[in-house]
Amino acid sequence: MEAFAYANPATLSEAAALLASSLYDAQVLAGGTDLISLMKDYLVTPSTVVNIKNIKELGGVAKGPAGLRIGATATFDELAGSAAVRAEYPAIHAAVTGITSPQIRNMGTAGGDLCQWPRCWYFRNGYGVLAMKDGKSLVPGGQNKYHGIFGDGPAHFVSPSSLGPALIALGAKITLVCAAGKRTVDAAKFFAAPKDDTTRGIDLQPGEILTEIVVPNAAGKNATYEIREREAIDWPLATASVCLKMNGGKVAGAKVVMGHVGPVPVDAAKAAEFLTGKSIDDATAEEAGKIAVEGAKPLSQNAYKVQLAKVAVKRALLAAGKA
Amino acid sequence: MPDYSWPPMEKRQVIGKRISRLDGIAKSTGAARYNSDINPPGLLFGVILSSPHPHARIKSIDISEAEHTTGVTAIRVILGAGKEVQWQGQEIASLAATSEDIARDAVRKIKVDYEILEHFVDEANLGKAGSRAKPAGEVTTGDPDKAFQEADAVSEGHYGIPVITHCCLEPHGQTVRWRGNRVDYWPSTQNVSALGTELARSIKVPVTQVHTEMQYMGGGFGSKFPADLWGTECAELSKASGGRPVKMFLDRQQELLIGGNRPSVFGEIKLGAKKDGTLTVWQSKTWATGGMGGGNLNADQMPYVYRNVPNRRINHTAVSINAGSARAWRAPNNQQLSYITCSALDDMAAKLGMDALDFFVKNTNLSPRGETYKWQLEKAAEMSDWKKLWKPRGTSNGPVKRGLGIGVNMWGGLGHDSKCRAIINPDGTVEIQIGTQDLGVGTRTVVPQVAAETFGLPMSAIKFNMGSNAYPPSGASGGSTTIGGVSASTRKATVNALTKLFETVAPSLGVSAGQLEATGGRIQVKGNPGKSLAWQAACAKLGVNRIEEMGENVSRNAPREGLISQGAAGVQIADVSVDVETGKVKLNRLIAVQDCGMVINPKLAESQIYGACIMSTCSALYEERVMDQQIGKTLNADMEFYKLSGIADIGEIVVYLDLRPEMDKRGVIGIGEPPAVGGIVAIANAVANAIGVRVPMVPVTPDRVLNALARRNA
Repeated sequence: MEAFAYANPATLSEAAALLASSLYDAQVLAGGTDLISLMKDYLVTPSTVVNIKNIKELGGVAKGPAGLRIGATATFDELAGSAAVRAEYPAIHAAVTGITSPQIRNMGTAGGDLCQWPRCWYFRNGYGVLAMKDGKSLVPGGQNKYHGIFGDGPAHFVSPSSLGPALIALGAKITLVCAAGKRTVDAAKFFAAPKDDTTRGIDLQPGEILTEIVVPNAAGKNATYEIREREAIDWPLATASVCLKMNGGKVAGAKVVMGHVGPVPVDAAKAAEFLTGKSIDDATAEEAGKIAVEGAKPLSQNAYKVQLAKVAVKRALLAAGKA
Repeated sequence: MPDYSWPPMEKRQVIGKRISRLDGIAKSTGAARYNSDINPPGLLFGVILSSPHPHARIKSIDISEAEHTTGVTAIRVILGAGKEVQWQGQEIASLAATSEDIARDAVRKIKVDYEILEHFVDEANLGKAGSRAKPAGEVTTGDPDKAFQEADAVSEGHYGIPVITHCCLEPHGQTVRWRGNRVDYWPSTQNVSALGTELARSIKVPVTQVHTEMQYMGGGFGSKFPADLWGTECAELSKASGGRPVKMFLDRQQELLIGGNRPSVFGEIKLGAKKDGTLTVWQSKTWATGGMGGGNLNADQMPYVYRNVPNRRINHTAVSINAGSARAWRAPNNQQLSYITCSALDDMAAKLGMDALDFFVKNTNLSPRGETYKWQLEKAAEMSDWKKLWKPRGTSNGPVKRGLGIGVNMWGGLGHDSKCRAIINPDGTVEIQIGTQDLGVGTRTVVPQVAAETFGLPMSAIKFNMGSNAYPPSGASGGSTTIGGVSASTRKATVNALTKLFETVAPSLGVSAGQLEATGGRIQVKGNPGKSLAWQAACAKLGVNRIEEMGENVSRNAPREGLISQGAAGVQIADVSVDVETGKVKLNRLIAVQDCGMVINPKLAESQIYGACIMSTCSALYEERVMDQQIGKTLNADMEFYKLSGIADIGEIVVYLDLRPEMDKRGVIGIGEPPAVGGIVAIANAVANAIGVRVPMVPVTPDRVLNALARRNA
């Protein structure tokens, strides 16, 4: 990797100031499970790396009256070990335990999960997040079995975030801080499909640090279901996170979000609408899955992901229904 | 001539015991120093500049900036202006620097101007291969056309098994220190004895100056026989850096691009059979690639194991592509042959409406070792509960469907040429020296086991020195030849040494040397413990002279001598569950029944089979090199999307080693390769049995399962 300056601030304001002074050329380092490999592959070559792991206020997982606060540098392992997460947010718990590498669970952080770069193999081989060669995307005519089935292009990669779909389903908010101040965005708005190669599919502005995630008190039963090729560490082929507000045996309100099927998590609003007023059983879950994948536009090799997304929605709903 | 024969089964004290790997603790705690852990003082770091293009001509190369980077000690151009590169990863230049960071940054400063040329990497698509396709010519036996006409059933199928790479966890490489008249060479190799000779030739020094040393290595699987260009570059960089040692191992991407691979095979197979299940005719059109050199497939081995089918028509085409070269991969070509053969046999059984087991058993007479396969198939069936669990294709109920499948293997496994020196010192210590290596097969444990048996001593009394070309030469570890080779040479050397000791001791016991035996730590008159000397007291009679005796295994003579032989056979049965909603395959069990003659250490032999079965799960379910024809590059030259099984993916592996006396009397036969053959197709066949339709390509990933189901339902 190329030489870089390393900064180890102890406070958030110090970190924000460091980033402000080198804007486009600085990278935030938390667990490093993505950034370090990108740097070793010369895909990201920051002049400054700002380590935020020593900023105490960015850590921790805590349940309070307003909900669950997840610090940006809380590790997957801390999330998996949280009794509150296990009891009240099984959607998050399942998303985290789906990361089946102890090493990555020990090092990887919640903020890093949301801010990581796509795993698209064209990107990782140097063709940018849009996988362009001579002005044309390599994805439609290439090896696209792991790519997206939703979205209008030009981005075909899938959002790699494990937490994203669950956080959107649960209505979480994300806080971003820069030298000039702070803002809070809905998790759903944090993801944005890029139109060019300069961003990675998230609303993180130069100089900003993702500081915390606040998940409101769970609005209802929730679950995540994930389908991978391998049980060992592997990226999901499709996931679904759901949150069901129940009124007696019927759904009063639902949120259904699919992951790893498009450049951003896909909010299946129509499926949620369909579920309202119904009970959760095999038939309604199946139907909701079908509705969720309406409008999918598979590429040459990934029509199977339509089926997987449908099944993920169905199984997530059934899991939540049983909870 | 002394009697070298193995002691009879019932008399063995050490051979046949389940002794744990002597270096197991060292390996699992990290105490074992692999050659990539060797860091001599003044170490430099070497790197190779690889071509980013699959096919290009080098218009110019400018090393000046890299050369003048602080910390760079030497730089060499491998392919200069005017030369062509034929695959991504091909070596262009090398350099050494004082640190890894400097070396990796500096190598990027070498400026190469390429003229991009056309490439082809999509060998699955034979129709597009054009002049890249080289047909090997048709081979015909009997009258296939007539046989098809007369057949009661004809089954046709299309099957594919992709290129996979060796993906050694310790990548290819070495450290070399070339200072003055001495070259110290620490390679990661399967070939300790002869590798220095190859390097010496390449760098033009007398072979006596090259000192090769390797105690531990992290995986070769057939890809680490040669010294390679990297060895030469590393040595030359060391020399050019004033004799400082240079460490140069491939990075992970290079390891997958140029560290070797297993050729693909695609095939259209047509079989004919009688109603009773007798296979009458085999017809195959196959094609394969192993990189630029194409990919050959031995017509003589088709159909695999069931070779003596009376009518055959075989057409094979080698397809040349712009990708790194194939290397021997744990049972070269056997996996592919077993895969296409057993897939086609399984499909034929389904077509006939026959139980696949009955079909595989019925035709065992088509194999020269038919009786063995019949026995093994029945044994594996019993262990897998086949009769109870097997159901006709696609009749398993529910969204998660269970299925069983069969695969077979065969191999030679005759021990290689090997020389062993056995030393008995006057103080009673014993040393065995062989210039061999332990690439995981258990050499370090098996050799002392043989020596301890001969000398009647405990394992702990044997000091075994290996892993250096200073010791007597022994063959490369390839072709499952190591244990056969070293066990025979060790047996002979130790018997020879013991004979000398008997000659020394005999007068003091008042008998002739021939009347003595070594047992229980004593030298005694045969059957008479009362007339004996403790081992140390016996050795003290040597005075100041030690015994130093050689033993040699000569491969071509070995079968006559009886210590070792060849011809291994095995059967694997897989038991899988397939979720037909997600296409995900779960391996429940993989049953492996295997013969390998006489077994010196059943625990280590079984360990070989466990490892081979794990590799089979990778190849059956996850592992595949993915290339893009648009850019001619490998997209998954990493360990993220080049997928190997993790522990949770493996399922239960059940091993049955055939140790019956009739196997034992065959002598030692290598085991490393054969069990890595049949598991792949056993899993593929089990999936077909579960879901009722053939998934035509491995690895059997969710997309392929769902596509196969969708095609059937369309």
